[in-house]
Amino acid sequence: MSTVQQLQERIRSMQDGVPRQPLPTHPALEGLLQLRTGGAYEVDSAGLAIALLSAPSREGSWSAVVGAADFGVEAAAELGVDLTRTVLVPDPGEHWLEATAALLDVVSVVLLRPPPGVGERTAGRIGARLRKRSATLIAWGRWPGSEARLSVESSHWIGADRGHGRLTDRRLVVSVARGSAPPRRVELELAPGVGLRRYGFRQAQPTDEPLRGVG
Amino acid sequence: MRVLVVWCPDWPVVAAGAGLGPCAVLTRSAVVACNEAAREQGIRRGMRRRDAQARCPELVLLDANPDRDVRAFEPVLAAVEALRPGVAPLRPGLLAIKAPGRFYGGEEFAAATIAEKLVGTGIHDVRIGIADDLFSAEQAARLADVQGWRVIERGGSAAFLCALPVDVLDDADLVGLLQRLGLSSLGDLAALPARDVLTRFGAYGAKVHRLARGVDLVQPASRTPPPDLVTEVVFEPAMTSVEAISFSVRRKAEEFIAGLAQHGLVCTALRVEAEGDDAKRSLLSSRSWVHSRWFSAVDVVDRVHWQLQASPSGALVGAPVGLVRFVPEVVEPAAAHADGLWGGGTDELIDRGVARVQAMLGYDAVVVPVRQGGRSPADRQLLVPWGERPSAVRSPDLPWPGSIPSPAPTRVFVEPWATAVIGEGGRPVTVTDRGVLTGVPERFHTGSGSGWQQVQDWAGPWSVSEQWWESSERPGALVARFQIVGVDGSAWLMRCDGDRWWTEAAYE
Repeated sequence: MSTVQQLQERIRSMQDGVPRQPLPTHPALEGLLQLRTGGAYEVDSAGLAIALLSAPSREGSWSAVVGAADFGVEAAAELGVDLTRTVLVPDPGEHWLEATAALLDVVSVVLLRPPPGVGERTAGRIGARLRKRSATLIAWGRWPGSEARLSVESSHWIGADRGHGRLTDRRLVVSVARGSAPPRRVELELAPGVGLRRYGFRQAQPTDEPLRGVG
Repeated sequence: MRVLVVWCPDWPVVAAGAGLGPCAVLTRSAVVACNEAAREQGIRRGMRRRDAQARCPELVLLDANPDRDVRAFEPVLAAVEALRPGVAPLRPGLLAIKAPGRFYGGEEFAAATIAEKLVGTGIHDVRIGIADDLFSAEQAARLADVQGWRVIERGGSAAFLCALPVDVLDDADLVGLLQRLGLSSLGDLAALPARDVLTRFGAYGAKVHRLARGVDLVQPASRTPPPDLVTEVVFEPAMTSVEAISFSVRRKAEEFIAGLAQHGLVCTALRVEAEGDDAKRSLLSSRSWVHSRWFSAVDVVDRVHWQLQASPSGALVGAPVGLVRFVPEVVEPAAAHADGLWGGGTDELIDRGVARVQAMLGYDAVVVPVRQGGRSPADRQLLVPWGERPSAVRSPDLPWPGSIPSPAPTRVFVEPWATAVIGEGGRPVTVTDRGVLTGVPERFHTGSGSGWQQVQDWAGPWSVSEQWWESSERPGALVARFQIVGVDGSAWLMRCDGDRWWTEAAYE
């Protein structure tokens, strides 16, 4: 199996000429998804888009957000996106393709909210630019020819308590689909203070009770 | 070598733009300068604020600002420099030049010319002194009348100074010591043997002794006038098309940047002014631009294009443009902005990419997000056009009572969606003026076109009565925000103002 993967890797790197480097990926998605330069990835919600954007941004990459006028700046900052290295083009209008192409030349990751009905040809042109410039595209919406598609299958919010609390935690099941292979699922949680992580992964909690002598 | 000193009395008060009434400038609640009207009321330097106010209740108090004093003195220096080069600024309010011997027909005429020029620039209290040495000239200026001058003839410094009290020396400790020694005038001090003064008071005392004798002939260092960096492009005949103007300013923009580079400078903030071609040269547009790095010639041309295009008539400027002027507002040494050995790195690239998008979509299409304080999610973020510095940012570290606690919504809608929330029996849920909910939310729709759904859970209200001073339809109305979770697991931030509901943000 690993031989097959190695061969695939070699074929892929020989096809484009530019080696495809791995990009920092959110630790909650470890084992399911590894972002690579030159790839396009599809997400269906703002939360996942910000999660994918946060890891490269935290490592010092510049990122751009195109076409998402409703991008939640504060949430992005809370989840680890470095706002000082982020540029926004909230309303590119009909020039979204040119603006994306121009920004792909200079930034490492572009989060694009494409208009509905992007064709194969358009996606192919952007894909060629991505490989040439070693950039990564995160499409928040349908994107033909994406390497992987992340979607929220179910989501559950905890803490509201019918008027007595507030939203604090969130459990969500995210599916990662690659090509025609059956999607793989992972259960994540959004916890206050720690951001997104695998559900069930907990560090040992220090107890508040002081130790008592026995016997 | 004769010295001419120009003295503008009470400069901190003049620089602060005070009126004719009594006025004083203070640091740490002690008066550092006051005007003539205040002196008449008994205000003195060094007086405490409350003593000053007790003597003169209508006294206008101003904060001291040394930068402002220096800045306001710059036009005075330039005006004198226009008449005679080699101006030495001594301190704000006081400058010295070499007295012109013959050029203006004698020293008194030169003094009259300078006084007239300064009065023309709006400085009304000007006094001029001319003497052999700087100290005598300054003392002469202090004894001159308003807009007048006093000339101490050649070799007359010692005779002039000997009648002055020792108080004129600007050193309270020394003045006190000399008075206790029984030396009440500069003449008494000058009469002492120089050798004895040196052994008793050291080098500093010897210097003061030389001053008192009028033989301290040290020349003040004159300044190099700052280079004139402003560049103008004149159009003959005037032009109305933005494209044509942008094309025509290209060469001058290159010269402008090259001129800065000759002085080893780069421009980081630039003001572009466009004037009409009518007789009055009316200012058509003026705007300051800042750059995240520094302006290149292409950037300057882009700024001209954007600025003139922003006029309402689109590609045509409102009136014919006769002149475009580039005024560098902030210049910095080029060395501080030099590229590293291996190039300028990513930030330079980013600038180029962003400039291309700006050229496509307009100046404010590319923005940088900034967090700020506020109560609604939309208030808590600020989008600043690329290349501008964020201004008026509310601090996010303040408590902001009434704001929604973390986690923040991942989507914040620019325009809230109109929606509805109903409670038991289909009755609409509202919030009363006292912040009480009229029912439990049961069903809602988000306003995005998807249908009604059941409320699975909800939190709130966070009520805020903001901007009650604004004259809106419902001034002072209470706004309540709710977090509403639908049965499909989606969570929304909704606002209820009176009887209407809005979806402001989504937790996706």
